[in-house]
Amino acid sequence: MSGHSSYQPRTGIERWLDTRLPIVRMIYDQFVAFPVPKNINYAYAFGAILAVFLIVQIVSGVVLAMHYIPHETMAFASIEHIMRDVNYGWLIRYIHMNGASFFFFAVYVHTFRGMYYGSYKEPREILWILGVIILILMMATAFMGYVLPWGQMSFWGATVITNLFSAIPFIGDPIVTWLWGGYAVGNPTLTRFYSLHYLLPFVIVGVVILHVWALHVTGQTNPDNVDPKTPDDTVHFTPFALTKDAFAIGLCFIAFAWFVFYVPNYLGHADNYVPANPGVTPAHIVPEWYLLPFYAILRAVPDKLGGVIAMFGALIVLIFLPWLDGSKVKSAAYRPWYRVFFWIFVADCIFLGWLGAMPAEGIYPTLSQVGTAWYFAHFFIIIPALGYFEKPKPLPESISEAVRLRHERPSLYARLMNR
Amino acid sequence: MASSDTAESTRRDFLYVATAAMGAVGVAAVAWPFIHQMNPDAATIAAGAPIDLDLSPVAEGQIIRVFWRGKPIFVRHRTPKEIADEQNTDLASLIDPAPDSARVKPGKEQWLVVYASCTHLGCIPLGHQGDWGGWFCPCHGSAYDTAGRVRRGPAPLNLPLPPYEFVENTKIRIGAGASA
Amino acid sequence: MTIKFRFAAPLALALGLAVSSLAVSTPPAKASGGDTPHLQEWSFAGFLGQYDKDQLRRGFKVFQTVCVSCHTLDKVAFRNLAEPGGPELPLDEVQQIAAGWPIQVKDINDKGDPIERAPRLADRFPSQYPNEEAARVMHNGALPPDQSVIAKARTFQRGFPWWVTDIFTQYNENGVDYIVALLNGYEDAPEGFKVPDGSFYNKYFPGHIIGMAPPLADGLITYGDGTPETQFQYSKDVAAFLMWAAEPTLDVRKRIGWYVLGFLVIFAGLLYATKWTVWRQVKGHA
Repeated sequence: MSGHSSYQPRTGIERWLDTRLPIVRMIYDQFVAFPVPKNINYAYAFGAILAVFLIVQIVSGVVLAMHYIPHETMAFASIEHIMRDVNYGWLIRYIHMNGASFFFFAVYVHTFRGMYYGSYKEPREILWILGVIILILMMATAFMGYVLPWGQMSFWGATVITNLFSAIPFIGDPIVTWLWGGYAVGNPTLTRFYSLHYLLPFVIVGVVILHVWALHVTGQTNPDNVDPKTPDDTVHFTPFALTKDAFAIGLCFIAFAWFVFYVPNYLGHADNYVPANPGVTPAHIVPEWYLLPFYAILRAVPDKLGGVIAMFGALIVLIFLPWLDGSKVKSAAYRPWYRVFFWIFVADCIFLGWLGAMPAEGIYPTLSQVGTAWYFAHFFIIIPALGYFEKPKPLPESISEAVRLRHERPSLYARLMNR
Repeated sequence: MASSDTAESTRRDFLYVATAAMGAVGVAAVAWPFIHQMNPDAATIAAGAPIDLDLSPVAEGQIIRVFWRGKPIFVRHRTPKEIADEQNTDLASLIDPAPDSARVKPGKEQWLVVYASCTHLGCIPLGHQGDWGGWFCPCHGSAYDTAGRVRRGPAPLNLPLPPYEFVENTKIRIGAGASA
Repeated sequence: MTIKFRFAAPLALALGLAVSSLAVSTPPAKASGGDTPHLQEWSFAGFLGQYDKDQLRRGFKVFQTVCVSCHTLDKVAFRNLAEPGGPELPLDEVQQIAAGWPIQVKDINDKGDPIERAPRLADRFPSQYPNEEAARVMHNGALPPDQSVIAKARTFQRGFPWWVTDIFTQYNENGVDYIVALLNGYEDAPEGFKVPDGSFYNKYFPGHIIGMAPPLADGLITYGDGTPETQFQYSKDVAAFLMWAAEPTLDVRKRIGWYVLGFLVIFAGLLYATKWTVWRQVKGHA
């Protein structure tokens, strides 16, 4: 995809710049003339949506940091100061709070899209692994950000999650003390989380740059599985993908504004409006919705160390996905069985999320174990097995061929696809 | 054919321009809260309400310093000689000409109330020092007289007067009538 | 079009439902073990909702007469009572309220001596307790929670399918509905239910044993404007006041939201038209 450049400097200034720092050439090649498969659908817009929300989070976060005070006696009050006194502080904080949820919503759609269309397969393994690293960094950032308001959920969430590390044999307890900077979660914990919460987004930006670089080396996948062969199979990023992404972002912002202006606390917990109290644990400790599936996996395993390994393993396994899947066909549109199991997997993740919000009693731990077992079976049994046994549907000659068939012979196309 | 092509391309251009313009308006509208948040917040503004100051303990010749809205203010109890000297100063010799009467409230000539920030770059000048006996700025050598008027540069202007008024014979309200 | 939405639409729908279910199916800590409150009518509910100034003024009167004897309100400043989007009391009246407030502000005088003085407009409502321990000792071990954000710090479980529809109906009033229920929820304990001395039975309080004595009663406060002077009316008014205390920017938030959403809908329409026009040139796309 990163073939030779079609950029032609027109003015003298452009030529002068181009021989010294070819930045205009880079932007033109990568974001104007960059070829995009012409059949990609709106699921592919979530990469652009994520880029926008990363910017939204960084800009609103930098502003909040101007008013927030990372101190155990002042953090909660400083948030209320932002909400009440700072000009438009309420708006910026609600943007940041809900922006985190939208960021995760988009990253999950983006990840599932990658799984559906086989975007992790050769030659995109590095691209995929960079994405998994971004996901893990996002989770760490979001967790530490949730601690900063220093409400009850902040404090007890920090206590529970840092205690995960105490499961490590021999060195677990010293590590937890080291994370805390004390004998319990306290002011040193808050200040270091604040520092890291400010730092990690910029690390994410760095990995995102690598992620986009890798993407622009291999090019995008597409729903019809075959790589672009002729220029007729692709369109330029600008204006085609750009306008499509822009429309998707516009729709996303409508939903975002609905939450920010009308149900700003819907995705949060009432308990986090109670100041942190080291002497009283809330009746139900639950993380934010986007971490619930992993929380359910943690609680599904009755052994402390085992639970921690399972939880982190649920993320780490994604790294090995390119080598677990032996099927040469990427797009689930041409994999009749993988498609079914993909949707079961999505349902399993949602099921685990629901279980993560339920109390750890009654039937729920058993259901969590079923969900967790399926989660890992999907990666270690179903996906490798499908690579051997599944018979894919006939692949189109080219993207143009697939698009033409869909439009001119819809009934023939439907017959082919449902065979 | 050619004319309809032109009409359509005009329509298309109009759509693109309208979309881009609306996007620009949206970005500008979003920018405002992010800029305005750096202005003083409601608590800071409320804390900047006027303060009352009792002058009776200030002896003749003494300078006291108070704070209002985070800025230091000098209140100087001037001696009769200082008042007479300043009233007789030749305005033409001043860098920033102002009669002594414009520096104090009528009938209260013994009380000089000025911001304690040198008009050069904001240092706090030292009282009773310098060739004019008013203030001397240790940072860059500016000198002020006992009416707070600059007599030697680099400071370009006289020490500014904060908004204040006498609420009693020896009691002033600093910030009275000031805008938020 | 078939393949276009084969992936995106079901996934978006599934995840959307998932997000909402996970967020709201979370068992709320504070209301477990209590009965489910009834929903009240609120002027500030919904897309067009705004505070009722008169109700906030009445609610402040209830707070000032009753609640303040035990509860603090330490995030709210006296000046807020005069600010737009709140009770909007006249400034001189607020000045008088501050000057006559029963609790003094701790300060330091010119000589460096600690003093107590009357609150000013810029001061937040002072606390009557030197510290948390002292407050507990005064209330039989129970701490009267600060009321500043109580309307957002309390909630109750809505259950299916309301947690889905709540996003679209913008039901946000869990906290105030709970407060109204709690203030009217005192009754005799059921047979065999043991309530310790100095505590009370409340139908809606989690665990039912509450340290707060029934604070309101019919005719306790004189409104003088024809509004019914009943316990229920007092509870609604003070709950509305607490909602304002917790969310003083609600009015302006919803107003700005109208313009933002209106703008975005039109802008999204233009973006779609632009996208459609651009893609029309591509073979096989409309």
